[in-house]
Amino acid sequence: MSASTTLKITEFLVEKVVKNYSGFYDKGTAELLAQIKREKVTRPVIYIGMGTCGLVAGAGKTMKAVENYLEENKLDAEIIKVGCIGLCSAEPIMDVQLPGKARISFQHATEEKVEDLLNAVFHHTLMHDNSLGQYRFSSHEDWPGLPYIEQLPFFASQRRIVLRNAGIISPLSIHDYMARGGYRSLFKTVLNYTPEKVCEIIDQSELRGRAGGGYPTGKKWLVALNTGSDQKYLICNADESDPGAYMDRTLLEGDPHRVIEGMAIAAYAIGANKAFIYLRSDYKQSILLLQHALLEARTCGFLGENIFGSGFNLSVFIRQGAGAFVCGEETALISSLEGSRGIPHEKPPFPAEKGLLGHPTIVNNVETLANIPPILENGPSWFKAIGKKGSTGTKVICITGNGVHTGVVEIPMGIKISDIVYSIAGGIKNDKKLKAVQLGGPAGICIPPKDLDVEIGYDSLEEIGASTGLGGLIILDEDTCMVNLSKYFMDFLQKESCGKCIPCREGTKRMLEILEGITRRPKEESSHETLERFKGVVQLENLAEVIRDTSLCGLGQNASNPVLSSLKWFREEYEEHIFDRKCQAGVCHDLRTFYIDVELCNGCNVCQKKCPENAIIGSVKMPHFIIESKCTGCGICFDSCKFSAIYFK
Amino acid sequence: MQFDIEINDEHVTAKRGETIKNVLDRIGIKVPTLCYMNGFSPTGSCRMCVVEVDGIPGLVPSCSHLVEEWMKIKTHSPRVIKARKTLIELLLASHPNDCLYCEKNGQCELQVLASELQVRERKYQSKRTPIQIDKICPSIERDPAKCVLCERCVRVCNEIIGVGAIDIIGRGSESRIGTTYNKGLNVKACVKCGQCIQVCPTGALTEKQSFQAVMEALNKPGLFPVLQFSPTVPAAIAEEFNLKTNKDVLNLLRAALKKMGFRQVFDTSMAADLNIMEEAAEFIDRLKSQKDLPLFTSCCPSWVHFVEALRPGFLPKLSTTLPPQQIMGRLIKQYITSSAGQKPEDVYVVSVMPCTAKKDEAGKDYLKDSETRFVDAVITTRELIKMIRLMGIDFSGLEPEPNDSSFSIRSSASKLFGVAGGHLEGLIRTIHFNLTGQELSPLKLTDLRGLKTRKETRIRLGKQLINVVSVSGLANIKSILDEIEAGKGDVHIIEVMACPYGCINGGGQPKGSDEKSLKGRMKVIYDVDEEEIIKVAHKNPIMTGLYEKFLDRPNSDRNKELLHVLRNSIEIQ
Repeated sequence: MSASTTLKITEFLVEKVVKNYSGFYDKGTAELLAQIKREKVTRPVIYIGMGTCGLVAGAGKTMKAVENYLEENKLDAEIIKVGCIGLCSAEPIMDVQLPGKARISFQHATEEKVEDLLNAVFHHTLMHDNSLGQYRFSSHEDWPGLPYIEQLPFFASQRRIVLRNAGIISPLSIHDYMARGGYRSLFKTVLNYTPEKVCEIIDQSELRGRAGGGYPTGKKWLVALNTGSDQKYLICNADESDPGAYMDRTLLEGDPHRVIEGMAIAAYAIGANKAFIYLRSDYKQSILLLQHALLEARTCGFLGENIFGSGFNLSVFIRQGAGAFVCGEETALISSLEGSRGIPHEKPPFPAEKGLLGHPTIVNNVETLANIPPILENGPSWFKAIGKKGSTGTKVICITGNGVHTGVVEIPMGIKISDIVYSIAGGIKNDKKLKAVQLGGPAGICIPPKDLDVEIGYDSLEEIGASTGLGGLIILDEDTCMVNLSKYFMDFLQKESCGKCIPCREGTKRMLEILEGITRRPKEESSHETLERFKGVVQLENLAEVIRDTSLCGLGQNASNPVLSSLKWFREEYEEHIFDRKCQAGVCHDLRTFYIDVELCNGCNVCQKKCPENAIIGSVKMPHFIIESKCTGCGICFDSCKFSAIYFK
Repeated sequence: MQFDIEINDEHVTAKRGETIKNVLDRIGIKVPTLCYMNGFSPTGSCRMCVVEVDGIPGLVPSCSHLVEEWMKIKTHSPRVIKARKTLIELLLASHPNDCLYCEKNGQCELQVLASELQVRERKYQSKRTPIQIDKICPSIERDPAKCVLCERCVRVCNEIIGVGAIDIIGRGSESRIGTTYNKGLNVKACVKCGQCIQVCPTGALTEKQSFQAVMEALNKPGLFPVLQFSPTVPAAIAEEFNLKTNKDVLNLLRAALKKMGFRQVFDTSMAADLNIMEEAAEFIDRLKSQKDLPLFTSCCPSWVHFVEALRPGFLPKLSTTLPPQQIMGRLIKQYITSSAGQKPEDVYVVSVMPCTAKKDEAGKDYLKDSETRFVDAVITTRELIKMIRLMGIDFSGLEPEPNDSSFSIRSSASKLFGVAGGHLEGLIRTIHFNLTGQELSPLKLTDLRGLKTRKETRIRLGKQLINVVSVSGLANIKSILDEIEAGKGDVHIIEVMACPYGCINGGGQPKGSDEKSLKGRMKVIYDVDEEEIIKVAHKNPIMTGLYEKFLDRPNSDRNKELLHVLRNSIEIQ
């Protein structure tokens, strides 16, 4: 597209779409809009999911293969890089839209499959193994025998508001966003509403922060708006650092302009003219896309001086963090942004009163901000009608672990966790049994299968001790060791603790050491040590309480959640580790006891040679034995036996 | 605005804007703390001061949480006490188990808290990766294993001294107080003032001890141990041993030191008079030539280090006159004892200073073409107190010992060196006399007195008016230096003391110097000036003798060789 065409399209979109919030278009506009939105295409369009998840699964190679295929076959087609649709376990995902036909989606479209897939499509047939579904559109001809995307169980219960465009539009094109009504809310806001009114609308929508605390967003803004200062700041918190959570990344990579528009409205509402996006430097793809999007938004006049002639100015800057977990906490984030160590500070004063460089500062999470444009577009009552009382709207959740499908979903608040596990994620992989669902990141809780009826929502989750904000949901099958899982999270937290306050710095380390004691087997063990381990568990509970009571920030206050919840629901597993020195799941290596099946052992001697502890005896060509007292459970013999003669309990 | 809150079931009046701790302090309820420091904004890092507030789920740190009308507070409920005790137990899990052998035994805040909270067993066991004691600095030793990461030292170093030589490095349980590239404390930025030692609650920071070397010297045959003490020492000793701060303290101290084996005892103040004489001449020369003004005093070694290492551009403005400790050392070795037939290398000069940086300073100057230092060992006031205790000295049984040396006469101007602004006051008295031929009247410069970190005044010297400034707390000098660099300001003399309020609050003084004890020490010094007959350096008869027999006229070439030094910029890796 030439520069002048781009400019013309921009002008057209600004004048006819952005500035037209009636939603009704004349025929010519509708026609052109359909073209921009690729509802009407004259040549084939190939969409490739190029989010981080797609890239990791090989989308880059897929794209190369597509380009090669088009060149070899002298085909003219447009290739669009899109973000992630959410079904990360099916990546790389490639969509093809032939003129007049429905857009069709292929899963696992790896480079070697590209040729066959495209051959089939261009000959109007399908490879059903890879076909995921098709997009429903009235004027498009459907592909026979293929479900609509929104009918797939993974998508059926979703309500996509903030993720509406993710994976569908090109994150590199502001036109794609504008053509779908993007920046219209900003236009409407800065020209029609006072900042007070914006805060009021958001307050009426009952939107609550999506990052953990769940504080009502409108109320928070109002504090900053009413705090007198010549300088105020807005910060978009994209420092997503829980293992297994990538909602923000998906949003930023799929629909960056939505977040920028949300930021612009928020900045207007609180009276800020400078805004920062703080994200971890490892989010390379997000950073590139954001930089591009900011440039586009500035070029279009949506950022910068005198936005839409309203007199409102806003500069947005990207700031990269080093990826410390604690920098997701707002006061630590502000410290880091100021160039200091990322350590949290005592609240009050809250950042809304005294934040960045001592000025009123609002820190909002990516997802919270992405909810702002649709609320202003559709009104607070529309938003309030979604979800449930006290928890309005939707929540983006990352499903990881042992589910059949994993990825990012957006569900209306109030949905049951069991629905997420069994309908959306499609149950447990490999027909295993569900052991627990871990919710809320490293400081979250483990929920046993019998309690999965709990609904997603601030109050309902708080009741069971979890927080909605941290949107990681890990499905754990029967092969999971709960003690080991607690140890994993505790290890993460004690490494990520900033080290400022004693309970978090020392307490998490002590708790980790106690858990390590439970999962480790010393060479020679006396009954005294069993008692010590038992004391350890008693201490765990005591420590957990004090750490929760006295820690400075949320990291420490919630650090004991994984241990407390697993102790509550899976106490017998702890006891088994302590007294029987057994790990049912076979995860805790130190506690495994190995045996040799005399029927299967042919005396090849390999295990005996490899055993580092000389714990295996036996003559050549005779069955061998393991001396239990010498065995440390390292598993080298198990791995080296070619006859599967070694097993463990 | 005032309102009522409930503390431990009793109604208490509180003001808006006060922290809970402010209220508790006022009504006499003590909550423990390891990180709180008066005059600093709270960091809330130790969590020891937590209290229970109705309606708040967790416990609330009283040091930083502001009071609100609805509050019902419990300061010592079982839940609170359990939390505090657990915190101490957590700290002790990885704390070295060597209280009996620790420098701070008996003065350690962690020890006191553990005892108060009835910690009776090592509940949690943890092996901490062994960390080496940092002994690289000539003045200060750090034992990171004993550090509780309260950050008091970091805050003092940053906010009061303004050099930021130490900070937290690492994260979580790997957090440590460290220096640049974690190379040990001998970094450029550290000015060795020892203010960090003063605030450290545990034995993690101590001065580098010269105790043992001094004890050995006292007992080495053939060696002639002598001692000089700084003007701030007697008051601190009096405080420590509950003596009345009158003239007798000096004589009692002298008696004690003699009992301990020092053959002669000198008051460094005499050298301070000489320092004034030289510095006054130096200033008058600079004033006449209008070169290298303002003159910066150079008796504070931390300040001198600061210029040498961090702002070498100001080296030419630094007074070249040796600090009193070094002058005294030189005089003792080259003049006083040699007149009595002692060889300089056999004389062992110990100085007692309120300062840790003086340990570093003593290692800087040597007699010409020899390895003999002016001062052989420096001990802090704290070390002297320990030494007095070790030697079983009981002040109540001591006979005050009068001055036995003809070199102990000093003016009260020299005594003023102990308080920030005092050096300047003494210096101006002599400058005024030397320039105008008349004594300054009144001699007392009230503008330069009191517990303030910045004091200034304007003095008329004949036709000329000069501006003088006294700055203490090294962080406060930065803006002035920047102004001078920018060509602003019309100041003639600037006295800089690294420690706030000067040597009375030095890094080597007894720990826990609060405002009351500082005021007490200050009063002792000002009282001397009230009562003394000789109030100006140029009237000290010893000066006359020295300038006749040993020295040339002030700031002359010969004196420059003996009593002045040109400091150079230093590079430390």
